[in-house]
Amino acid sequence: MPTKPDTRKTADLPPKGDAAETLVEVEDLQVHFALRGGMIKRTAGAVKAVDGVSFSLRKGEVLGLVGESGSGKTTLGRTLLGLAKATGGSIQYRGRDLAKLKESELRPLRRSLQMVFQDPHASLNPAMDIATAVGHPLQVHGLAKNAEERRAKVAETLERVGLSPAELFMDKYPSDLSGGQKQRAVMARAIIAGPELLVADEPISMLDMSVRAKILQLFLDLKNDLDLTYVYVTHDLASAKFFCDRIAIMYLGRIVEIGTAEEIFANPRHPYTKALLGAIPDPDPHRAAVPRELPRGEVPDAALPPLGCSFHPRCPVAVAGCGWEARDLGALLERHWMAAGEDARLAESALFGHPQELTTAGLRSVALTPGKNATAVDLVELLERVREKTSDDPFWRGVTGIKGAAGKAHVTFAEGSDPRLKIVADATRADRPLQVACHLVD
Amino acid sequence: MTTANGTDSTTRTGSGTSRDTTAPVLAARDLRVWYGSERGPVAAVDGVTFDVRPGETLGLVGESGCGKSTLGRGVLGLLPPGAAVDGEVRFAGKNLVDLSARQLQQLRGPELGLIFQEPMTRLNPLMRVSEHFEEALRTHNGDLTKDEIRTRALDALRGMGIPASRYESFPHEFSGGMRQRIMIALALVLRPAFVVADEPTTALDVLVEAQIIQILADLRRNFDTALVLITHNLGIVAEACDRVAVMYAGHIVEQGDAREVFANPQHPYTQALMRSTISLSTTGLHYIPGSPPDLAHPPAGCRFHPRCPKAMKVCAQEAPPEVLLPNGTRNTCWLPVPDMTTADGRRPLEVEEISVADEA
Ligand SMILES: Nc1ncnc2c1ncn2[C@@H]1O[C@H](COP(=O)(O)OP(=O)(O)OP(=O)(O)O)[C@@H](O)[C@H]1O
Ligand SMILES: Nc1ncnc2c1ncn2[C@@H]1O[C@H](COP(=O)(O)OP(=O)(O)OP(=O)(O)O)[C@@H](O)[C@H]1O
Ligand code: SF4
Ligand code: SF4
Ligand SMILES: [Mg+2]
Ligand SMILES: [Mg+2]
Repeated sequence: MPTKPDTRKTADLPPKGDAAETLVEVEDLQVHFALRGGMIKRTAGAVKAVDGVSFSLRKGEVLGLVGESGSGKTTLGRTLLGLAKATGGSIQYRGRDLAKLKESELRPLRRSLQMVFQDPHASLNPAMDIATAVGHPLQVHGLAKNAEERRAKVAETLERVGLSPAELFMDKYPSDLSGGQKQRAVMARAIIAGPELLVADEPISMLDMSVRAKILQLFLDLKNDLDLTYVYVTHDLASAKFFCDRIAIMYLGRIVEIGTAEEIFANPRHPYTKALLGAIPDPDPHRAAVPRELPRGEVPDAALPPLGCSFHPRCPVAVAGCGWEARDLGALLERHWMAAGEDARLAESALFGHPQELTTAGLRSVALTPGKNATAVDLVELLERVREKTSDDPFWRGVTGIKGAAGKAHVTFAEGSDPRLKIVADATRADRPLQVACHLVD
Repeated sequence: MTTANGTDSTTRTGSGTSRDTTAPVLAARDLRVWYGSERGPVAAVDGVTFDVRPGETLGLVGESGCGKSTLGRGVLGLLPPGAAVDGEVRFAGKNLVDLSARQLQQLRGPELGLIFQEPMTRLNPLMRVSEHFEEALRTHNGDLTKDEIRTRALDALRGMGIPASRYESFPHEFSGGMRQRIMIALALVLRPAFVVADEPTTALDVLVEAQIIQILADLRRNFDTALVLITHNLGIVAEACDRVAVMYAGHIVEQGDAREVFANPQHPYTQALMRSTISLSTTGLHYIPGSPPDLAHPPAGCRFHPRCPKAMKVCAQEAPPEVLLPNGTRNTCWLPVPDMTTADGRRPLEVEEISVADEA
């Protein structure tokens, strides 16, 4: 391919990850955003965008952050670079804790820590020509003696990202560039000050397939040329499999599984990872288009996460101890009514006097109030009928009792707990162990 | 054998496949769409011919800027002012190209549907889901009662996995994936016979995407809806489409059975596109050098020739014919018709190296 000089120095690099030094050590990192209540100005809880995340990043590796929309990938990436404020935990980098530094202390470190965003159109100022935009970090960090030196450095960097001949691009504006060229310019700006760590947030998801491959190749070339370490944020599993050494699967602010890309794809252990991998459409025409088993429901509200394991409302293999609560009964009834039709829904939902009892978060037992013309017995009978119809639903594994007493229907749930990220004993790589957070994987 | 350009294709091997016997819902013949620009007219769709049958999903793929969205909107008559259309789009005995904006508006909803990529910009943030359905249904069935509307809306929503309890909610109270499903329910509540879905899952994550693909598959199974699905994701085409059309620079360069085209891509552009796609089995990166041409000034001959690894001298001079290949796919390329070219014409074309300066 005619695009860029091949100046790989793979032989000089330490072996991928293995004995390499740790560049960043993240411990129990938390990033909570306070939510404000409507009329009265007081905090009404918090979105736990990142909620107790620990991992170490080795020099020269590519770590993928993969997970559904809203799982906290971008927030985690930004926090690593000090662009979002940690509310707890630590980020050790070269003897400093990035989570505790003030903005003025962070500023000089930004030279080494850079970010590339998803939308190349939005990350370049439309009113700034390419030379100025790409040279901006040099100015901020005082890395060029004069305009001439700066221009020379910009030209060299543009050539390095494949925008060659550089002279052709220096005086252009972002609107003159195609999507792929813009992403190259963004890369030039990210590497010009000589960074060590690059967080790339969905850098190729807005591009078409041919351009994606070109930009990913550029990432690989730059990593080899400049000895970079990457955190690659994406929900595209195919590119993560190809590009990453290790992958962390995130769900609702947590890492639920982390391990080498090979291991995760060859043998996913967490039910959520399994669901994700099963959902990838594959262009291989020899693979039969099997109807896929997808997890039901939606990603829960990060402000009111489920009890126990956050994935339990959607998990097809959840067991009694996964954290069942009253809201899950509400969701079960919705599923039942969806199948039973509108008449059944209207008749049956009228039996409930206070529907909010079925939507309140965090209730391990609930006393259901009957509706106007209903009794506790009607409710208990309804629940038993629904249980018979949906007996395969994992929800029932968590129900310890349904009984009528004192005019209400009482439903109790098994005690649940939050699975911690644990090293899986039979993982093949002792130096980079597979870790999984699930009660079924021990 | 005669050279054909776009419309009437040359048949190499007898008649087409047996599936071709069902009458198409929609048939486009030599469809052309231009946009005015300061560089002159941009021929974004330039002589395109295809059929879509009841219950069939046609995938439309190609690099950015090849005219996929223009084609999708063109057949529905939803182009911006200043765009010109020519050719024929036959639907229910009418040529849609000749209809007035008013006549088209009447067909939209009960007959023709469009699903856009960005649900948030299409749903009114100040209107409840119920109000969106009331508006959509009243436009076409003025006499429906609120209860009848509710029943039909809840049916459509249930099909998309949205519970009835959310009927009175506002758009911002839903996740991106749910909003997209509400959009689909709205586009489909009137059961249109023909739907264009323009990148309906691009901004969504894999689980939501898989959900929507399943829903679209159910639709055509249950209601015989014909669908044109525009996407950059070849995996989705392989899983969800019966047929695929590959677009390059305003032309369809290859079309046929999706599995056949992916198992056996014949056109050099299809081959390059498939090689550049990153899939689970990718072990090395490949890409197509250069980028699609400026459609105000497309190259002469075959529009792919400046980037084609197999280009011959004839390719730079004359547009290739569309031929029906033995495997049932249609292919617009000089390679399968050596008897239509001279020995000199078949000599390899010297192409200049393409630098990133001309890159996408
Ligand atoms: N500045 C903020 N204030 C309040 N909440 C926020 C803020 N930024 C993010 N969040 C919330 O934190 C959670 C995680 O968001 P984040 O953007 O990190 O997710 P993500 O995994 O990157 O998702 P996506 O794939 O959609 O980009 C979401 O619930 C989001 O709404
Ligand atoms: N309103 C418009 N005015 C002028 N030119 C336009 C307009 N819309 C599209 N074009 C041009 O028409 C060509 C085809 O665009 P179109 O949006 O149909 O491509 P596409 O295949 O859908 O691309 P993408 O994959 O990026 O969505 C492009 O060259 C584009 O610049
Ligand atoms: S702990 Fe494991 S089994 Fe239980 S809900 Fe979570 S993922 Fe499923
Ligand atoms: S006609 Fe020629 S240039 Fe065009 S695709 Fe075929 S071989 Fe390549
Ligand atoms: Mg994000
Ligand atoms: Mg488009």
